[in-house]
Amino acid sequence: MTATAPTPTRPANEAAPARPLTPSRTTATAGRVLRQLTHDPRTIALLLIVPVLLITLLRYVFDGSPETFDSTGASLLGIFPLITMFLVTSIATLRERTSGTLERLLALPLGKGDLIAGYALAFGAVAVVQAALATAVSIWLLGLDVIGSPWLLLLVALLDALLGTALGLFVSAFAASEFQAVQFMPAVIFPQLLLCGLFTPREAMHPVLEAISNVLPMSYAVDGMDQVLHHPDITGDFVRDVAVVAGSALLVLCLGAITLRRRTP
Amino acid sequence: MMNYEPGPPSAGPTGPPDASPPPAPPSPPAIEARDLTVVRGTRTVLRALDFTVRPGSITGLLGPSGCGKTTLMRAVVGTQAKVTGTLDVLGHPAGDPALRHRIGYVTQAPSVYTDLTVRQNLDYFAAVLHPGRAHRAARRDAVTRAIGDVDLTSHADALAGALSGGQRSRVLLAVALLGTPALLVLDEPTVGLDPVLRRDLWDLFHRLAADRGTTLLISSHVMDEAERCHRLLLMRDGRILADDTPDALRRRTGTETVEDAFLQLVEATSPTPPPDQEASR
Repeated sequence: MTATAPTPTRPANEAAPARPLTPSRTTATAGRVLRQLTHDPRTIALLLIVPVLLITLLRYVFDGSPETFDSTGASLLGIFPLITMFLVTSIATLRERTSGTLERLLALPLGKGDLIAGYALAFGAVAVVQAALATAVSIWLLGLDVIGSPWLLLLVALLDALLGTALGLFVSAFAASEFQAVQFMPAVIFPQLLLCGLFTPREAMHPVLEAISNVLPMSYAVDGMDQVLHHPDITGDFVRDVAVVAGSALLVLCLGAITLRRRTP
Repeated sequence: MMNYEPGPPSAGPTGPPDASPPPAPPSPPAIEARDLTVVRGTRTVLRALDFTVRPGSITGLLGPSGCGKTTLMRAVVGTQAKVTGTLDVLGHPAGDPALRHRIGYVTQAPSVYTDLTVRQNLDYFAAVLHPGRAHRAARRDAVTRAIGDVDLTSHADALAGALSGGQRSRVLLAVALLGTPALLVLDEPTVGLDPVLRRDLWDLFHRLAADRGTTLLISSHVMDEAERCHRLLLMRDGRILADDTPDALRRRTGTETVEDAFLQLVEATSPTPPPDQEASR
């Protein structure tokens, strides 16, 4: 190294030897996030039990029309992980930003991908447990009638959770406080919830809204659940739905990585 | 224990009044800044700073709150945006990825995971520095040693959130010590600590400089800590008022303490000092 020759300071410092992702650093980050959760048993309990309680509630709300419970319940099995992981991730990463641990971490040889993938891995694991519990209760105790394989329901739920994690990571960059972060939930999630076809078929909406719903990932998450509900085998639409949800999750995760800055004003 | 050793033999006792940079050191400087300027928002926080920090020395960065100490440290660590001029750290431009292994950084806010224990915090940061299963044993040793260095062994399994502010900043110091860094940048590491602990930490800083050859850049707004540094950078309003040893500074200004020297330098440079932020508290 030409140590003596002073070089002008570069404004950005990406490129060069540091890799964006190292598997062992990613798993260390995921392990750390999960370890933080284990010190917070109440959050774990809320994450696991609330979806089960809500789906049970839904079952008896639609006591007189089991078909409505089937379709709405299956959709909700995909929407719960999305919403809870969105909330948990946006608050967790906001805390990283405001407490200074993010700045501290990015001054270390940690790739941005390590942090993002670590969070996705940790909350993805939580989502698998959450969705497995809610799906099992729905099918075996509440009589949710699914024609396709419950494993496919789980797969969609996991992808939904990753999408929620990705969206949470992304919007936390635009929130300066927990108040703002929580407000992003109605701002980002509710429109998708209204347009995803849960309340009324998307074809019946105003054409403009239908067009908008065509580009919102939650529409595909709900449709994917619907495909499993009505078809014994994997359909072409199901494959498309899964690809769209996974692709959006990946895209938003990359956008989230862009919002992480090693140098801040 | 070596309390305040007067640093490497050097620098004329009574430098010229405009504090010229010290004579060329034998080894390349640990930090070299030329025309270093930082803008935050619309405000110029650091104005064309020139200074060098010698390897293996303890440099105190002193000045009132808001004078730019933290910004300067963030620039050295490479987390500050909008840095212009030249800033080389350990032979690389500041912020170079190669430096991330070699700089330990203690921020002013105790940025640790409050919902993890002290050891879990260190385990994670150690895994980021030296990832992989193969280094597991080495990591465990490094973590145990770092916890011992900052005297938190009895609290190793306590949640960081349950610790006092001073203890939490020591966790951060332990994190900074993990990779045996060549440069330690410590932003007010002793604020709010009891005098005994403060003395112990300064002893640790001197041991690190003497035994491991670590370069330390330590900020403080407590002027009496200045006496413990090899060299001082006195800052005010984004400028460096003086760059000298504590002894030379007192001699040059004919004062008893560094605090008085600071006051005199302020009055010498600006005939009408703004009344709101006189000196350090």
